[in-house]
Amino acid sequence: MSIAGEALKQLRRRPCTIRYPVEKAKVPNGFRGMPVWDMQKCILCVLCQNACPPGAIRLIGKGPDAEIEYLLDRCIFCEECAEVCPKRAIAMSHRFELAGFDRSKMAFRFRKDRQVQGQHDAPKTSDSTGKG
Amino acid sequence: MGYASTVKMPFGPQHPALKEPEHFLFELDGDTVVGVTPRIGYVHRGIEKALELSTYGHGLYLAERICGICTVAHTCCYTQAIEELMGIEVPPRAKYIRTIMSELERLHSHSLWVGLVAHEAGFDTLFMYAWRDREAILSLFQEITGGRVLHAINTLGGVRRDISPELADKIRCTMEYFEGRVKDYRRIIRTEPTFLKRTRDVGVLKPSDAAKLDAVGPTLRGSGIKEDVRRDDPYIAYDEMPFNVISSDGCDVFARTEVRVEEMMESIGIIRYALDRMPAGVFRVRAPRNAPAGECVSRVEAPRGEDMHFARSDGTAKPERYKVRAPTLANIPALCRMLVGIHVADIPIILAGIDPCFSCMDRMVVVRGGRASGTLQSKRDV
Repeated sequence: MSIAGEALKQLRRRPCTIRYPVEKAKVPNGFRGMPVWDMQKCILCVLCQNACPPGAIRLIGKGPDAEIEYLLDRCIFCEECAEVCPKRAIAMSHRFELAGFDRSKMAFRFRKDRQVQGQHDAPKTSDSTGKG
Repeated sequence: MGYASTVKMPFGPQHPALKEPEHFLFELDGDTVVGVTPRIGYVHRGIEKALELSTYGHGLYLAERICGICTVAHTCCYTQAIEELMGIEVPPRAKYIRTIMSELERLHSHSLWVGLVAHEAGFDTLFMYAWRDREAILSLFQEITGGRVLHAINTLGGVRRDISPELADKIRCTMEYFEGRVKDYRRIIRTEPTFLKRTRDVGVLKPSDAAKLDAVGPTLRGSGIKEDVRRDDPYIAYDEMPFNVISSDGCDVFARTEVRVEEMMESIGIIRYALDRMPAGVFRVRAPRNAPAGECVSRVEAPRGEDMHFARSDGTAKPERYKVRAPTLANIPALCRMLVGIHVADIPIILAGIDPCFSCMDRMVVVRGGRASGTLQSKRDV
């Protein structure tokens, strides 16, 4: 009978599921979403490249032309890069809808002079406040 | 004349019990199973080799991915082994946080399993409710660590995130809710006639067989043998935790269910105790890059049973050899014993009864004559 009681209780509650594409799940503070670089703070020290377990971060080029390449398809969202950064230039954003059909669209480049320059739609750092 | 007395029936590899590939070849006499041959190795991922090619810090994330459900158990085991090799002592606060995370993981794994076994028994209502309630633990994980499934909280030398007093209150609140739910499960499984009929005297594993075939975890404790690494060889902060090792004398699937549900109550007790007595101080110390040459075996009680890691270092930043024995592998011989003498209709519930995680246990594939075939390894090889 306890199952029937539980079912009756549930009738008065909201459904456990959400209408996903319309209604987005809220993520808490500290959620490990896609990392974003604040290139104003970045000093291109490559500590994040060395700390990244799957090798998703690479420094390309030298000197002022250097770029940080971030491969979303390799990233495991472990936050090691953000943790190791001496200038706190990397932040884990709240973006979690990162699936895609094209791997070539999953490479993002961050350059020092232009604040954020993506091959494709690179996310802005302000996005880290998280709208889902 | 000319008919064989037994029929061979393949079961799997398309998810025989849970949604994982495994193959069992059953020999049937009418409706009764008289023999079973397992064939493992479908999801061999080469994790041990990959661990040998990555540094200690990076290998942690591979160890985390051995199993999606026992991530904390595997990382606890990994960090324990490597910390022993490096000779670093983890701060007490980190030990408590690891204990809390391990027990939260046990709660989520056991409630997942209760749902699955109810599903296999044809009791989908309990399956839905158990998985709904498990969501509370997953949300808690997300708040504590930032990830629902892969927590990335354990690190060499401690833990990466602290549990703040507000978070501790939230954990206590969730435990309050979850305790009521576990009591409900306990009442339902003990009184629901459909569930009892489906699980009582099904998949019997005698205590002597369980001990002889080296079953581990709730499969062993469901056969009345009180063995638990948390009590027998205490790791992290378990030596300070008061808890009972649960066992049941039923020796069947029902006994295994009972053990798991009672263990959930114990886990709630451990989490409350650990939250109340969490020592202050640092939760992380710096780990060196290299480990001096040496060997280490580390054991952890994962939700599914005893998990064992072996590491050998040669003084460099990478392990020379790394070996993982996941709990499901230890339960396979006992599972084969349980499967003999049963009816075909009981196969799925018995398979699900050991809480198998086939992809965790696949450590090797033997290639003979160009064809890959998995073999069951002997305990000595493991």
